[in-house]
Amino acid sequence: MNGESNPIRSLVVTFGLMSLFAVGGANAAIPEMHRVAVDIHHWMTDREFADIYALSQLSPGPNVLIVTLIGYQVAGLAGALVATLAMCVPTATLAYYVSGFLARSRQAHWPALVQAALVPLSIGLMAASAFVVAQAADRTWIAVLATLAAAILAFATRLNPLWILLATGVLGLAGLI
Amino acid sequence: MPSNTPPAAVSAPEIPISSPPTVFALFLAFAKMSLAGFGGVLAFARRGIVEEHRWMTAEEFNETFALCHFLPGPNIVNLSVVFGSQFRGVAGAIAAFAGLVGPPLMLMTVLAALYARYGDIEVLRRLLAGVSCGAVGLLIAVVSKMLLPLLKRRDLVGLFAMLAVFVAIGLLRLPLQLVLLVAVPISLVITFLLRRQAA
Repeated sequence: MNGESNPIRSLVVTFGLMSLFAVGGANAAIPEMHRVAVDIHHWMTDREFADIYALSQLSPGPNVLIVTLIGYQVAGLAGALVATLAMCVPTATLAYYVSGFLARSRQAHWPALVQAALVPLSIGLMAASAFVVAQAADRTWIAVLATLAAAILAFATRLNPLWILLATGVLGLAGLI
Repeated sequence: MPSNTPPAAVSAPEIPISSPPTVFALFLAFAKMSLAGFGGVLAFARRGIVEEHRWMTAEEFNETFALCHFLPGPNIVNLSVVFGSQFRGVAGAIAAFAGLVGPPLMLMTVLAALYARYGDIEVLRRLLAGVSCGAVGLLIAVVSKMLLPLLKRRDLVGLFAMLAVFVAIGLLRLPLQLVLLVAVPISLVITFLLRRQAA
């Protein structure tokens, strides 16, 4: 879209590599996706990235499908498919082989050790995700307040998150955000 | 978003496990869970696999999820592959993966096309502006919930590791690979040394 020689290839390289490094799942990889898509390749603006994040949260399915939206923005239908497969297949293949091995070492101590070491890192990554998307989404004080209210509701109640998204969507439609 | 919170360890009574699913049943079950899974599929996967189909006990599910949680990449995608392969080998892995990703992928592509075409329309702009505020709020809630155990344990090392990653990725905007290549080994070594000291 910006004169990139081969957008499909950069999608494969970008997300294939990210797939193997995304400790803590899709939400932890948001800052890296933003860095690559907005800052490095200029595939989209900051605002478009926030929009795409919102769309991905509004629709059902694994959160990782935000890469489908990014891929489409870059190279249409082919881009959507390629980005999704590049993000899923490497790690899925790894999971397939590693799970057979881990099933046999379930009693060992090291899986728990690895997990204890990785959990704080993935929390840090997700906090960074929230920060990066907030910079694009919370441009007014009212928007910041809406975000805080959503955070408190989701933290303190068992309300279905979809209702919270719809409520802030309605506030947006009313022109309040 | 709840896909990143590990499932609570439910001590449900052991229910008899039903017969292993066929390849087609795997595809259908994962497609259903995925399309029901607004804001993350994990809760629905757990309900479908453990409660509805009884393909696993709650404990087996937690163990499988824990394996998938520390593998890189999207946890729930890993879970579908590991789960499918446990029952039907490669074919089962592919069926579960295709069920999980295929239907929402089609939906997402339609949304992407609509956004590319109508993304600048004022009504959609306002709606998405509102929703993205809410979505950030949900993410903050997930992070806070995950943070609680660290705070309760007064896990200073963990909190420091978390803060360091936040600064490196969120504020300094360093590349993910670089940060993790440094942070993962350090965190592993420190955790290992602390555990050995405690033992």
